[in-house]
Amino acid sequence: MYVAVKGGERAILNSYALLGEARRGDATVPELSIAQIREQLRLSVDRVMTEGSVYDPDLAALAIKQAAGDLVEAIFLLRAYRATLPRLGYTLPIDTGAMRLWRRVSATYKDLPGGQVLGPTYDYTQRLLDFKLEAEGQAVAAPEVASPSNDPAPRVVDLLGDEGLLEAHLPPAGDPDPADLTREPVSFPADRATRLQNLARGDEGFLLAMGYSTQRGYANSHPFAGEIRYGLVEVELQPEELGFPIVIGEIAVTECQMVNQFAGSKTEPPQFTRGYGLAFGHSERKAMAMSLVDRALRATELGEDVKAPAQMQEFVLSHSDNLEASGFVQHLKLPHYVDFQAELELVRKMRAGMAGPGETTKEAA
Amino acid sequence: MSAIDLPAVVERDPNFNFGYLDERTKRMIRRAILKAVAIPGYQVPFGSREMPLPYGWGTGGIQVTASVIGPDDVLKVIDQGADDTVNAVNIRRFFQRTTGVATTERTTDATLIQTRHRIPEVPLVEGQVIVYQVPMPEPLQKLEPREAETRAMHGLAEYGLMHVKLYEDIARYGHIATTYDYPVMVDGRYLMAPSPIPKFDNPKMHMNPALQLFGAGREKRIYAVPPYTKVESLAFDDHPFEVQRWEKPCELCGSRESFLDEVITDDKGGRMFVCSDTDYCRSRSESNG
Amino acid sequence: MDSPILRASGITRTYGARTAVDDVSFELWPGEVLAVVGESGSGKSTLLNCVSARLKPDAGKVEFLTRHEGVVDVHAMSEAARRLLARTDWGYVHQNAAEGLRMDVSAGANVGERLMALGERHYGRIRSEASDWLTRVEMDAGRIDESPRNFSGGMRQRLQIARNLVTRPRLVFMDEPTSGLDVSVQAKLLDLLRSLTRKYSLAAVLVTHDLAVARLLAHRLMVMKAGRVVETGLTDQVLDDPQHPYTQLLVSSVLQP
Repeated sequence: MYVAVKGGERAILNSYALLGEARRGDATVPELSIAQIREQLRLSVDRVMTEGSVYDPDLAALAIKQAAGDLVEAIFLLRAYRATLPRLGYTLPIDTGAMRLWRRVSATYKDLPGGQVLGPTYDYTQRLLDFKLEAEGQAVAAPEVASPSNDPAPRVVDLLGDEGLLEAHLPPAGDPDPADLTREPVSFPADRATRLQNLARGDEGFLLAMGYSTQRGYANSHPFAGEIRYGLVEVELQPEELGFPIVIGEIAVTECQMVNQFAGSKTEPPQFTRGYGLAFGHSERKAMAMSLVDRALRATELGEDVKAPAQMQEFVLSHSDNLEASGFVQHLKLPHYVDFQAELELVRKMRAGMAGPGETTKEAA
Repeated sequence: MSAIDLPAVVERDPNFNFGYLDERTKRMIRRAILKAVAIPGYQVPFGSREMPLPYGWGTGGIQVTASVIGPDDVLKVIDQGADDTVNAVNIRRFFQRTTGVATTERTTDATLIQTRHRIPEVPLVEGQVIVYQVPMPEPLQKLEPREAETRAMHGLAEYGLMHVKLYEDIARYGHIATTYDYPVMVDGRYLMAPSPIPKFDNPKMHMNPALQLFGAGREKRIYAVPPYTKVESLAFDDHPFEVQRWEKPCELCGSRESFLDEVITDDKGGRMFVCSDTDYCRSRSESNG
Repeated sequence: MDSPILRASGITRTYGARTAVDDVSFELWPGEVLAVVGESGSGKSTLLNCVSARLKPDAGKVEFLTRHEGVVDVHAMSEAARRLLARTDWGYVHQNAAEGLRMDVSAGANVGERLMALGERHYGRIRSEASDWLTRVEMDAGRIDESPRNFSGGMRQRLQIARNLVTRPRLVFMDEPTSGLDVSVQAKLLDLLRSLTRKYSLAAVLVTHDLAVARLLAHRLMVMKAGRVVETGLTDQVLDDPQHPYTQLLVSSVLQP
């Protein structure tokens, strides 16, 4: 005798227990600490902070631990947490020109004031698995310069801009406040400030693919890496009661300024155009991909035909958020048997109709 | 709610604000709901928040419910018509934890119902509120993915494209091939996506005494059908709207009026049909004796 | 018939330093076909887009005589009114038929769309009206359920014409409607256009670089060069006895059959 399916609640509770076990893994192996993740998986932490839109390495490390290393899941945890936090205010714009640099490179000049500072990068390593890392507890003798440099390093884009070679980036008339995408939904067409917010939080893999597509002919802006900087910037807040800004801390950011295809006309002399990328921590791939996509999305403003996906605002901005993407893709696991039943019934009816004259019940509802 | 141990009986957790959302967010959502009720069927953009459940799993419905729920409400949560499917359980536990309100499986006892993909078989009454979880709020989306364009179409009531789609179905299959999330005209003005309820449920929306609210968290839209509003499923005069019918009644309660789920009983293709609405089925079985 | 159906006054449109259309004016009368001819870069397509409300001119006015509301300024109308006009009393035939069709729905749906947009709700009637129009544009009505992807260029153009004419528009804009087609296909299509414009008393503004097309379809002709109108008049008169040196050049460079 068929009994209606019950036991959903018990099944869920059991799944929590199993999940807890799976996350911990072999209990004889020492448990990961938040500090270990924060220090030794710092690039994961940086990505989770950037896409989680929260600068807090400890929280990001906790999220990574809880998510057993699934970074998209960790980003989700951080975003959900962020949604519960009270708003105190907005900081002043950070001044990346005053960044204390760990790393600063430019592909457009062989040498420049401030120098090419390689810093801690994988770029010049050979990707050979280092089995020495298997043995833990190795202390690495660090070179002399470990803290960020205080030496001044003028922006490459300013060098070009002074000569008039690079388009100036002036705020729109009246310098309006940018929209806050974490509070209001995007409305198309979106202005550049809104687009950049969306891209900053956007999935690195998606932006990487979109940026890559612009290098392979799907819209081409002939990019050059004008400057990539990674270092510490001060964060300032101006409380109403005080009337002047106070420094509330320092954060590490990576900034990429791409110098792109020049635009001009018979009346306007040609200038190089810009693409911009910014991410928390040391996230060059993200910042560079973001700058390529930023430039592609400026197509209409720069009088270019919109032909490629990376240039289509609605396409890029609607699919960049990995919480939305992951949630909706994975929601297909939820029960859909009622809708499927409706489809089954229709397909059966249509097939019966083709097999021979069948009867269908028509009933106006 | 992933790797945290939860007790079998869910207590109100005082660490959360009532309904989880902060009061400012609730106020923002309520404003959107009021706007939606004032313009039946119109999709109101709102600042959807990240919730502890993933986008696509009911965050819109949850945010709407969280914004309207009060301590005296009696909440029912269903998914595919059943109270005991895992997603419904998860959502119900979430509200028990964040509000402590009474919950029920009986439609007649509920003041607030959150649902995914079905409308209860028992007719709703004045004073009840039903909240639908919506994945894709834009009925024209598959025909025109650009939101800037569909916004203009709604604004200008340019819905010819939808009828083109229905025409195509008839030309190709002999009848309209949409079986769920079947588009409707609300109050004769706005084209609306009723959420993926089977078309069988569409007639229930028409002139319903209850307030019907629709929440799409990922797409960030809220819309509403106020009580006693006209809701008409699109069709042609010579191809009128028709609902699904089954040849056999429910095997558990004998109903010939309800939406039936197909259950596979053995690996030789044996199957039986039972009501999708578990509360309805159980009530009928009980009164059958 | 004492009012023109379309009047363009002082239309100017620039792109940066370049003037694409320079102070062009004309009148079009009901049932009249006006051809705008010139080489590429003459400004004829830009002019067409300005008068058909696809582009806003930098100066000048475009006025249309509606069925029931008198004369309206086309660019001062609301977006809603303009879109409605484009679906009812106007037609626009693109050079590339795919731009004027829905390629992923059937021929019948393409023709019936305007009717459905205007509230026609009887499938049988929509279908029979669509079928009639396919016949009128000399297509096989049996192909009503096929996708335009399966149609040749000439057939797609016929379908595009049917899609536009189903609401009996009084004014049709055509942008090189036969270019890019085989010569024999062009000839048949031109014959069809000629008979349709006569039969349904269509007023039309027709852009073409091909003087033969103008000769066959148009009552009057405007010759454009570098954004300006250099000569205008009855088609046969202008083509048989061109006055302006540029027109003379155009006419003489057409190969005689």
